[in-house]
Amino acid sequence: MSDIQKHQRSHIQLAEESLAKQTTTLNLGPTHPATHGVFQNILEIDGEKVLEATPTIGYIHRAFEKIAERRPYYQITPLTDRLNYCSAPINNMGWHMTVEKLLGIKTPKRVDYLRVIIMELARIADHLICNSVVAVDTGALTGFTYVFQWRELIYEIYEEVCGSRLTTNIGRVGGFERNFSEVAFQKIHKFLDTFPKVMKEFETLLNRNRIFMERCLGAGPISAERALNYSFTGPNLRAAGVDYDVRVAQPYSSYEEFNFDIPVGTTGDVYDRYMVRNDEIWQSFSIVQQALDKITKLEKEDPAQKDIFYAPEADHFHLPAKQDVYTKMEALIFHFKMIMGEIDVLPGEVYHAVEGANGELGYYLISDGGRTPYRLHFRRPCFIYYQAYPEIIKDGLLSDAIITLSSLNVIAGELDA
Amino acid sequence: MTNEIVKQTLTDKFGDVLTNWEEPYGFLSFAAPAEMNLKVIQFLYDDETMQFRFLTDLTAVHYPDRKGEEMCIVYHLHNLVDNIRLRFKVYVPIEKPDVFTATQVFSGANWMERETYDNFGVNFVGHPNLIRILNVDEMDYFPMRKEYTLEDPTRTDKDDEMFGRGGTVA
Repeated sequence: MSDIQKHQRSHIQLAEESLAKQTTTLNLGPTHPATHGVFQNILEIDGEKVLEATPTIGYIHRAFEKIAERRPYYQITPLTDRLNYCSAPINNMGWHMTVEKLLGIKTPKRVDYLRVIIMELARIADHLICNSVVAVDTGALTGFTYVFQWRELIYEIYEEVCGSRLTTNIGRVGGFERNFSEVAFQKIHKFLDTFPKVMKEFETLLNRNRIFMERCLGAGPISAERALNYSFTGPNLRAAGVDYDVRVAQPYSSYEEFNFDIPVGTTGDVYDRYMVRNDEIWQSFSIVQQALDKITKLEKEDPAQKDIFYAPEADHFHLPAKQDVYTKMEALIFHFKMIMGEIDVLPGEVYHAVEGANGELGYYLISDGGRTPYRLHFRRPCFIYYQAYPEIIKDGLLSDAIITLSSLNVIAGELDA
Repeated sequence: MTNEIVKQTLTDKFGDVLTNWEEPYGFLSFAAPAEMNLKVIQFLYDDETMQFRFLTDLTAVHYPDRKGEEMCIVYHLHNLVDNIRLRFKVYVPIEKPDVFTATQVFSGANWMERETYDNFGVNFVGHPNLIRILNVDEMDYFPMRKEYTLEDPTRTDKDDEMFGRGGTVA
C-alpha cells in the first residue's frame, strides 16, 4: 500500500460509540449548501443532539503568507482582497495603513474620510450578507434576495472607484489611485437615500418575528469569559457582552472624529449576533453620512481639497499621470521602477489592526529593507474564533449547529488565507 | 498605565532574563528564554496591574542567519482594560524547536499553535492535538521556512518551456 493510501485509511477512525451504533457520525462535508464556504465538520450526534465536532479546514489555503514574501508591496493588495472576500476593501485599507505606519506616512483628511466611507460600505455589505444568510438558514429566503439589490449598489460604488466589484484592490499606499468621480458620489447619495427604507423592511421581516426569535434565541451561546479566552473579536465578541472595537481602542483613519455607538449583546447566542450586526449596519450608515458631510465641509472651506486623493509623501507608490509618463523622463523612470517593484521599503517591524467585518484583522509585517516583506502574517479573526465552534455547539441540537455556523460569519477565505 | 510601567514591572519580577527591549512604532517588545515563556505569560495574565488577558496573535518568524536561535515565536498580547499591547518573543534553535504550549492559559492559542507547527515545525510541548491544520497531511516539510522556495522545484507536471524558463531555454 502506498504512503498516501495508508494515510487515507488512517483517517477513517470512527469512535467507539459510533461503531456500537450508540451515536451517529455525520459528515457536514466541505461542499454543503449550509456551510458558506469550504470547511468540513465531522459531527458525532446522538439523535438530534450534537456531542462532538471535529472541524477540518485548509481547503482554500492559498499560502498567502509565503507568496507575500516574494511580492512587492503593491502586489500584496490583491492577496489581501481574497482574505475576507465579502468585505475586501477593509482588508485592502488595513494593508495600506500597515505600510503607511511602517513608512511614517500621514494621509490627508480627505483621504481618511473617503477611506472611512469605503470601509463602512464594506461593513454594511458583509453584515447584510451574514444576516440575510442566517435568515436563509432558518428558511426565510425573501430577505436575502431583497437586500442583495442594495449590496449590488455598494458593488457599483466600488466599481466607480476602482473598477472591480468583489475583489476590489482598492486604493494605494497613501490614498487612492484616482479621485472619486461625480458618478461615485451620486451612487453613494442614492444608497444613502434608498437604504433606510429597505433596512426597515428587512427588520420588520425578522427582528420581532416570533418564528425567527424562537429559532435563534438561546442557540449557540458563548459567555464573555470563554469568548475572551478564545480571542474572539468583532461582532461575535460584542454579542457576548464585551465592547471591544478596534476603531475605538486604537483609532485609525480619523475614526476618533466620528460619532458612533458600539452595539453590545448579552448572551452571545445567534439572536444576539444577528441584532449586533443589524445595529452595526445602522451605525455604519450614520458614519457614511457623517463622512460625506465632513468632506463637503472640507471642500467648502478650501476648494483645492477636491483634488486631493493621496498623500504626497507616498509618491513612490502612486503611478504618475500618463501624460507625464509619455513626455517627462523622471515620470517614466518612476513609472518603470514602481511597476517592476524596485521600491525599497525601510526595515522595521510593525503590527497594525483594523476592525474588519468579523473582528480585529491584524497585519504583522517585518521588513528587512528590501522590495518585498521579510515576513507578513495575517491575524485572521475567522480562523481564531472558528476554533471555538465545537465548544459552542456541544450539547445543542443539529439545526442549532447549522444556524450557529452561519451566524458566526465564517468566511473560508479568511479562515485559511 | 504606560509602556514604561509595563517594562518596570516585568524587570522587577524577572530581572535580566528579559532581553531585547524595543519599542518600534510605540509597541513594546521584549524577548525571554524559551523555558520561561509560560512563566512570563502566566505572570502577565495573573498580575492585577498587568492584566494581559487577551492573546491577539501567535506566530513564528524564521531567521536562518541567527545561529542557535533561528526560530522566533512571537506572542502579541493585549491588555483590554488599559488598552496596551505587548509583543513577546521567544527564540529557539532549529534543531530542537520546543516551546511550552500556551493553551492552558489561552484556549485561543490552540489553532494558532497548530498553524505555527504546520508552517514552521515548532513543537509545542503539551499541546492537545498538534497536527497539521492548513496544509495537506501528507506534507513532510515545513513550507514557511526560508529554505523552501515558493514553487516546488521537484514538480514534473508543469511545462515551463513554453513560458521561457526551464527546459532547454537558457
